[in-house]
Amino acid sequence: MRRLCRALAALLIPAASLAVALSAVAGLVLIIGEDPGRALLTLVRGALGDLEGIGYTLFYATDYVFAGLAVALPFQAGLFNIGGEGQAALGGLGATLVVFALGDTPAPLVLAAAVVAAAGFGAAWAFVPAVLQARRGSHLVITTIMFNFIAAALMTWLLVEVLIAPGQSALETRTFPSALWLPTLADVTAGTRFDAGEAPLNPIALLALFAAAIYWILLRRTPLGYEIRAAGLNALATQAAGIRVPRIILLAVCSGGAFAGLIAINELFGAQHRLTADLTAGAGFAGIAVALLGRGHPLGVVLAAVLFGALNQGGAALSFDMPAVTRDVVTVAEGVVIFVCGMLDGVVRGHIGQSLRTLWTAPARQAV
Amino acid sequence: MDGASAAGGVSLLLLSLAGSTVRLAAPLVLAALAGLYAERAGVVDIGLEGKMLAAAFVGAAVASLTGSAAFGLGAGIAAALLLALLHGIAAIAAGGDQIVSGMALNLIAAGATPSLASAWFGQRGTTPPLPSGARFGPIALPLAQSLSEVPIVGRVYTAIISGHSLPVYLAWLAVPLTAFVLSRTRFGLRLRAVGESPEAVDAAGLSVARLRFAALAVNGALCGVAGVCLSMAQGNGFLRDMSAGRGYLALAALIFGKWRPWPVLSACLLFATADAVQARLQGVVLPGIGPVPVQLIQAVPYLITLAILAGFVRTARPPRALGKPYPTR
Repeated sequence: MRRLCRALAALLIPAASLAVALSAVAGLVLIIGEDPGRALLTLVRGALGDLEGIGYTLFYATDYVFAGLAVALPFQAGLFNIGGEGQAALGGLGATLVVFALGDTPAPLVLAAAVVAAAGFGAAWAFVPAVLQARRGSHLVITTIMFNFIAAALMTWLLVEVLIAPGQSALETRTFPSALWLPTLADVTAGTRFDAGEAPLNPIALLALFAAAIYWILLRRTPLGYEIRAAGLNALATQAAGIRVPRIILLAVCSGGAFAGLIAINELFGAQHRLTADLTAGAGFAGIAVALLGRGHPLGVVLAAVLFGALNQGGAALSFDMPAVTRDVVTVAEGVVIFVCGMLDGVVRGHIGQSLRTLWTAPARQAV
Repeated sequence: MDGASAAGGVSLLLLSLAGSTVRLAAPLVLAALAGLYAERAGVVDIGLEGKMLAAAFVGAAVASLTGSAAFGLGAGIAAALLLALLHGIAAIAAGGDQIVSGMALNLIAAGATPSLASAWFGQRGTTPPLPSGARFGPIALPLAQSLSEVPIVGRVYTAIISGHSLPVYLAWLAVPLTAFVLSRTRFGLRLRAVGESPEAVDAAGLSVARLRFAALAVNGALCGVAGVCLSMAQGNGFLRDMSAGRGYLALAALIFGKWRPWPVLSACLLFATADAVQARLQGVVLPGIGPVPVQLIQAVPYLITLAILAGFVRTARPPRALGKPYPTR
């Protein structure tokens, strides 16, 4: 019975959310005064129609896997991390500092150190909200929102006063040395028959898959993962069973921050090659939609990330083809997915779940 | 002579700072009170930002199409009410997660407003500048002109109290009104009860869902005025992302103000002062300190709120049933 309910939720909710989100995009396009059918076709073709589109889709999907895991892991402990945006920005700061500090060190070493620094800075930025939640009971949602704004102020200040490239007016650092530019799908395919244009898909995508695997192993195959899930299901019972819940909260939220920090690695070494004020472009928030749609399962998160990557890339193609339609429609789609997921989750747990349970237990009652 | 003129300059600066604080506090006060109604009824609302943004856009769009500020205000309120209703459907009727649906509404508003603005007005996510009849201009209160020469009282009256726009006055009226409604009316008592103990309200034969929807209706209306205040009084038309985090700041003020109207007003005034001061200090070099780090001042409200949340300043207890869906029958 419970299994039926869960299977229903796992299939029905994502399908319904996706359908509603696509209808919302179509509706918005209709209001704007363009042909919604052609818009959806352009969106799909732009995202998956050629190698360049696919390359971009998977590049964005890499961001979203990290962002989704950053929300999904604390969620397993019953906590909502909205701070992915700030944690990713700090991850970018950590990686950039490593790049400028290590100077002439061989590129692979710098890259490895940058990955560690990005994860570390992301985790560190999640640490204070995590401690406040664990020790003081301060609501993680509110504290991580505050930390997003503080991160934005801090990054602007650092870029204006400290890190800005000399003789520059744009808020960005020096460009990284080209030895640190990861090979992209565009580089690999340039001049061949399968030209992927500018697509910045790079080996960090594999790191994202690896991260999803780590997430699964951590949750399902380690004592810590068991403790995290137990704390999420019933914190009081978990505490009573002798598990230190504050420690679990700390570990879960900081690991989420570490995942968020890695978003910056994909952007910095795959595409932008310099630190900017708006490095993540809202990927942190998209992570909420990815985690909800993926329902906390690593495979679900990866699939949802690819879906949102496709939406993002398709949105870019759409705005190119129909100038009246801007890329902001993608944000609307994300919002609609989050809304429908949240609502249906309540419905499935509440109304439908209730009626299914009644159906199920009625014969048993008669038998007694 | 020099000392007197310096003192005059300082008092002029203080007067104008106080005046802009009063003005900047208005949308914060409206949004924070909107959050107060929702949260005292037990519904978490992190969608204040989205509702303000939607109202700011729809208000400015309708005002620029009709040329009427009143129509703009009505349309802005209607837009915010619609989002509040959606929040209610997801969070109250369907029993979904209130934070999730609030966040969703923020994203929907952040994406839909610039999409529609650039499609309808073709100006990269803005509405055209509003003609003077289509926005809320300053209203001089009676006697402001004749009292302006009276020392202290008259100058304070003229520079700080008078000369604001309609939404600003509405914001200031909303505070005593909310305090009265919450503590002295039947609706207010029930509202607080449904946020503390919905079971008791249910047992008394009242509908928890209906009360919470009513709270969200007030919430939507206030958010509507807050958004219109941004685009039609303080601004001259809608700009992309013009709420700029004020919805979250209002949420912070709500926590800082311990979910009570007058303390919430003080919190909003404090945050607005920080905003007014940071606008003045842009590029100012202080002797011995160097240029003022404007970003630090921008972060001050968030740092204060964190300190409060951490329990270092004083403890705040949220409504007991906050964030918990109540099963509908």
